[in-house]
Amino acid sequence: MSTQSALPNETVADRTLNTRALRADARREELRLLALLSPSLLLVFAIIIVPVGWLFWLSLFDETGALSASNYARFFEQASYVKTFVTTFKVAFIVTGACVLLGYPLAYMLSQLPRRAASICLIFVILPFWTSVLVRTYAWLVILQRKGLINSWLIDLGVISQPLSLANNFSGVVIGMTHILLPFLVLPLYASMKTIDTDCLRAGMNLGAGPVATFRQIFFPLSLPGLASGVVIVFVLCLGFFVTPALMGGGKVIMWAMRMEQTTSLYSNWGAGAALGVVLLAVTLALLGLFQWLLGARATGVWSSR
Amino acid sequence: MILSIAPSALPISMRAIEKRFGSVHVLRDLNLDVEAGEFLTLLGPSGSGKTTLLMILAGFTRANAGSIKVGGDEIIATPPHRRNIGMVFQNYALFPHMNVSHNIAFALKQRGVAAKETAERVEKALEMVKLAGLGERRVDQLSGGQRQRVALARAIVFEPRIVLMDEPLSALDKGLREHMQIELRALHRRLGMTTVYVTHDQREAITMSDRIAVMNAGRIEQLDRPETLYSAPKTQFVAGFIGESNFVPVESRDGSVWYEDRKIRTAAPAPAAGRYLMVVRPETLRLVENGEAADNVNVLSATVGDIIYQGDSFVCYASLRDGRQLTLRDYCRGDVLAKMPAPGQPINLGLDAKDTILVAAEG
Amino acid sequence: MSGDVGLPILHRQRLWLYALGGLILLFLIAPSVIIVIMSFSDSTLLQFPPQQWSLRWYQSYFQSLEWRDATIVSVKVAIMTVLVATPLGTMAAYAINRGTLRFNGTINALLTASLIIPVILIGIGTFFLYARIGLNNTLTGLVIAHTVQALPLVVLTVLSGLRSYDMNQERVARSLGAGRIAAFWQVTMPQIRFSIVSGALFAFITSFDEVVVSLFISGGETTTLTRRMFNALRDQIDPTIAAISTCLIVLSILLLSLAQIFGRRH
Repeated sequence: MSTQSALPNETVADRTLNTRALRADARREELRLLALLSPSLLLVFAIIIVPVGWLFWLSLFDETGALSASNYARFFEQASYVKTFVTTFKVAFIVTGACVLLGYPLAYMLSQLPRRAASICLIFVILPFWTSVLVRTYAWLVILQRKGLINSWLIDLGVISQPLSLANNFSGVVIGMTHILLPFLVLPLYASMKTIDTDCLRAGMNLGAGPVATFRQIFFPLSLPGLASGVVIVFVLCLGFFVTPALMGGGKVIMWAMRMEQTTSLYSNWGAGAALGVVLLAVTLALLGLFQWLLGARATGVWSSR
Repeated sequence: MILSIAPSALPISMRAIEKRFGSVHVLRDLNLDVEAGEFLTLLGPSGSGKTTLLMILAGFTRANAGSIKVGGDEIIATPPHRRNIGMVFQNYALFPHMNVSHNIAFALKQRGVAAKETAERVEKALEMVKLAGLGERRVDQLSGGQRQRVALARAIVFEPRIVLMDEPLSALDKGLREHMQIELRALHRRLGMTTVYVTHDQREAITMSDRIAVMNAGRIEQLDRPETLYSAPKTQFVAGFIGESNFVPVESRDGSVWYEDRKIRTAAPAPAAGRYLMVVRPETLRLVENGEAADNVNVLSATVGDIIYQGDSFVCYASLRDGRQLTLRDYCRGDVLAKMPAPGQPINLGLDAKDTILVAAEG
Repeated sequence: MSGDVGLPILHRQRLWLYALGGLILLFLIAPSVIIVIMSFSDSTLLQFPPQQWSLRWYQSYFQSLEWRDATIVSVKVAIMTVLVATPLGTMAAYAINRGTLRFNGTINALLTASLIIPVILIGIGTFFLYARIGLNNTLTGLVIAHTVQALPLVVLTVLSGLRSYDMNQERVARSLGAGRIAAFWQVTMPQIRFSIVSGALFAFITSFDEVVVSLFISGGETTTLTRRMFNALRDQIDPTIAAISTCLIVLSILLLSLAQIFGRRH
């Protein structure tokens, strides 16, 4: 309450009437909101920021405890690291490409179907999305291994005489990861395709463009932002993917995350493992930042769309 | 006008209210007194600060500075639930998970009123808004008008000191809106609670209010009774916002008012030397036949542009010699319409000295 | 003409698109279907379709102490994660929805960080931190780590509920004499409860299916189901896992349908 009192019917020239009480009230309000947020923020800080920051710190020291850049220099000097990076990016590009090739037609079909049919088809996208990565990786192991479904069918049909090696190698990793990451591309792409105004397409056809020209000149350009966000998410997730390459790579396909696990668990070289993590995070954030800068969209959009 | 002032009605006194959102100054040094039991309307275009002021009054928005006293108690930093102010929102904000009775009983429940008394008061409130017997209805089973009444009953059932309404009728269609205006007005007369009403509809404001505060760009331009606002607007903004207006640029010099080289007869003495705008209401203009003009009538020569027949009345658009448009409106009684010159013909427009209104020219 | 799209393109002309889309949907769903079917096979060899049916792999799942203990650990951790993440996430979403705090953007970014930061990094980092404070191989450690993973989903789900909720209702409740907490409990909460339940279900699945972080920080008596599955898969392909997988798929379907039902009610 204020001690200054204004007399009725008298204009008060003082423009700071009660500001102290009002500011205190505003501060109380802010503190209340922070109190609501603080448990969550504290947890995130303790479990993400502190450990990740700690790893960054570790990555700056070599085995003798001296400050050095040797953990990072290793990436260029040792062929095995270079090979890991090459493998990782190769997988990421191929999987992202495969997701685009499969995901775009699927999302396009979903966006063109009547609402009811689309929502039924969407179940087939969302269910795998929420099924454990382990379960899906296991399924692909069963399907692709030497004595697995594909090979036994093909041999029974007489197409091949020797089993193809589909699992425990590069192709197994790519197939498994494509399957797991496909919904991450389809869902944001479908959501963005749904927002394309049908009147735009009608207008295009009205102006004499055929179905193909309408698609190429109107629909496709309008769907690009959704496609871009799906591509970025899939690519970024590929870079740090662990479960599928670890189980389906047969020890031959060493990707970035596996390398981190091996360096820290197997060799207990925390500095080197941490340096790998730092670079991985930097690349991830750079890609997301670049995407956000180009399109101004929220990179976490896919999570709210499921 | 005699108001039955309820003993619970309290006056509101707002002083030096300041509100900024970031760098935008929404309210500037705003002062306003609402009398006990008065129906006061905040009228203004969107962005004028009227809703912000109402939200500050209700306690949902915090002012940067200022004082609000209700019956002498400072409430500017009081949380909304301790202000004892009833509120009706534009979208009614009825609680969809409760039936009509529970919606209305909500405030009584918060105050720990006994079940029996609650039931009686809810019943009384329902009767008052002509919804008796609908207490068990779900909110989504109600029509727009009925929802509006429930929102109103909910806001008055706990006999608040003050009732605030934020464009409560804007979601209704025209016929229902006009009907509700009259009903709201009658209810206010019956209960006599201090009411602050926000609208952008000048006709609604004129119909319902004891006084109207016309707001523009975070200030109150004029606070007056509706008749005064219409007949004696103090600024160009008020004249333009309330009713239809023609503006004619005039000049005050040598103790007289001049339009170009023609002296304008005014009822009031000429104001201080300078440029002014003469506000001409369309219904105060009339056709003057040659040589007929009396002493206290100003005659403006113009050319008829178009005449539009509207059934009970007609509108004549005419242009003065400098090209300025004037609008004349009159009822189609007698041979008034028949006497009007054809489009393209000259016309003499008469304006009584007592109908001349001068406002300062803005900009 | 296609019903609600209304472009002058015949369905017939689009058969190729439907065929292609159908194949891709098949690619997405077939692995799960195959696993479910094979889990009822009688054979240790992975044949499809199975020659003979039996429930032996389910028996071997339910009778194995190791698998049972791991399942119990996972269920316990998931339930506790739900109990912690749901109220915390709801509180945070409410505060963010107000949007009046100065660092709203930063707060948002922090709370959703675990969606963006590579999970392997969180796994290694958490292990490293827990090693120093003795939380590795404990239920508490697992619950805390899973809560951080589940928080963003709860926050985003509740936030979307709050965005479609009319805050004027809470304002009206306040003007009618309800304090902050009373207004939230009596008016806001009943109307966003379906979003909160959906968020809780997502938190449950997230915790139950979490692999990478659990791989680092669970072990011994607190080995989670996913960690045990991962290890088992590294060694050999045990058909018991098909039975477990089927159970997990059924659980996902169940929780998703619940979330869907609640979502529609909302």
